[in-house]
Amino acid sequence: MKVLVPVKRVVDYNVKVRVKSDQSGVDIANVKMSMNPFDEIAVEEAVRLKEAGKATEIIAVSCGAPQSQETLRTAMAIGADRSVLVETDIELQPLAVAKLLKAIADKEQPQLIILGKQAIDDDANQTGQMLAALLDWPQATYASKVEIDGDKAKVTREVDGGLEVVSLTLPAIVTTDLRLNEPRYVTLPNIMKAKKKTIDNLKPADLGVDVAPRLKTLKVSEPAGRAAGIIVPDVATLVDKLRNEAKVI
Amino acid sequence: MTALVIAEHDNASLKGSTLHTITAAAQCGGDVHVLIAGHQADAAAQAAAKVAGVTKVLVADGPQFADGLAENVAAQALALAAGYAHILAPATAYGKNILPRVAAKLDVAQISEITKVVAADTFERPFYAGNAIATVQSSDATKVITVRTTAFDAPADGGSATVESVTAVADSGKSSFVSREIATSARPELTAAKVVVSGGRGLGSEENFKILDPLADKLGAALGASRAAVDAGYVPNDWQVGQTGKVVAPDLYIAVGISGAIQHLAGMKDSKTIVAINKDAEAPIFSVADYGIVGDLFEVVPALVKELG
Repeated sequence: MKVLVPVKRVVDYNVKVRVKSDQSGVDIANVKMSMNPFDEIAVEEAVRLKEAGKATEIIAVSCGAPQSQETLRTAMAIGADRSVLVETDIELQPLAVAKLLKAIADKEQPQLIILGKQAIDDDANQTGQMLAALLDWPQATYASKVEIDGDKAKVTREVDGGLEVVSLTLPAIVTTDLRLNEPRYVTLPNIMKAKKKTIDNLKPADLGVDVAPRLKTLKVSEPAGRAAGIIVPDVATLVDKLRNEAKVI
Repeated sequence: MTALVIAEHDNASLKGSTLHTITAAAQCGGDVHVLIAGHQADAAAQAAAKVAGVTKVLVADGPQFADGLAENVAAQALALAAGYAHILAPATAYGKNILPRVAAKLDVAQISEITKVVAADTFERPFYAGNAIATVQSSDATKVITVRTTAFDAPADGGSATVESVTAVADSGKSSFVSREIATSARPELTAAKVVVSGGRGLGSEENFKILDPLADKLGAALGASRAAVDAGYVPNDWQVGQTGKVVAPDLYIAVGISGAIQHLAGMKDSKTIVAINKDAEAPIFSVADYGIVGDLFEVVPALVKELG
């Protein structure tokens, strides 16, 4: 079984981004970039499926700037066998990415595509579901457990209020939640090995996909700040403030 | 111009998230229709018909909808999509699972977790874990939108919409529901509670989390947690407040032993009043707290319960 794992290069999750003063976007020049944390979990899950003898080949895919190569190298250091980079300078929105991934899936014919549930930059939480729709495949989002048995995938999903188990007929789409696994650290020997693995370079035009953005961002602003709070000396003062000042209890 | 709201429900009743979504739909201008795709969901349909602002309730009935599988509910919404200017669903696990499928099939962008309707084609939404707010404009024929429920008030009762049956789409046959395990709680639901008491890694153990029970009881509060507390196994994961958990905006949020990482703040910083109890005066949670107490939570929390009387 071939597994496809889309990965995204995003601003590192420890970086607090700043809105540009002209409100055109957030300032991401010279900030640390990393693989989207949910995608790391997706790569790890694919590698575990391979180690368990369920998957035969893992292909990592990334769409975006040329530097996304680094993200693909990381995926290959975790254990992906080879990579595809769809290179473009245009801002990619989830629908465009889903269309690019569909074109690659048509070519590679994977049985399973594992994506992160959302990217921590645009917080969209759409690409996996959109890809499932375009391919007409079933989906299991927010997975915390994946079991492959023959042509079925049994997936435990994190839903509001608890857990839900669904069974999908392969080929299928799974999106990862945080608790699916703990991604391994990449080791130096594996980073060296990853340098020898191949990355195929493509352009959106090679795949016949129009990636023009559909949503126009008119402006980006800072969230409303909160008025400075106070430190109270004791619980009696706190309760008094909550009752008489904030009037919330 | 009419908006279609895909209702989240459990067949017997309408989820609160659907009500907030109806408010957002009404702000898009025009009539609001509600789709109930379910199995023997008459009670949910009747409840939707009574919501002020709803003009029509469309009911698609069949066992294939009983458990809200995305493949089937999205197909049903698509079958009805023609003629609607807006299609909305709550930005809950349910709505977020379904709506991108609808958007992709319509070949339109989806707009996630809107917090404000600026105009019928322009919306505000937070991104970068709530550290920036984007104002986005859609030129697509159909606007497909998930709604951050805490950003919109629930509408009143008093509607009298007509309830109409629609032809149900067939089961996709590609997915099936196996089982569900719902964590039971006598407390109010986290996303709907007026008061939330949350614990973090500072609690130290599953056992110690019980120190929050009397406080929550006193305040009629829901209990929440930071990701650190969930990952440490102190509490179940559906308690998690944050970018990757639930987004809450109660009147009062009490953060106990929570440092205030970016991902946690994204889930609670729109609360009306925030109280932080932490022994580290430098903890980032104090930068968003209206009232802070620097001290040992194991002394402060019981004292607070006592003071509340």
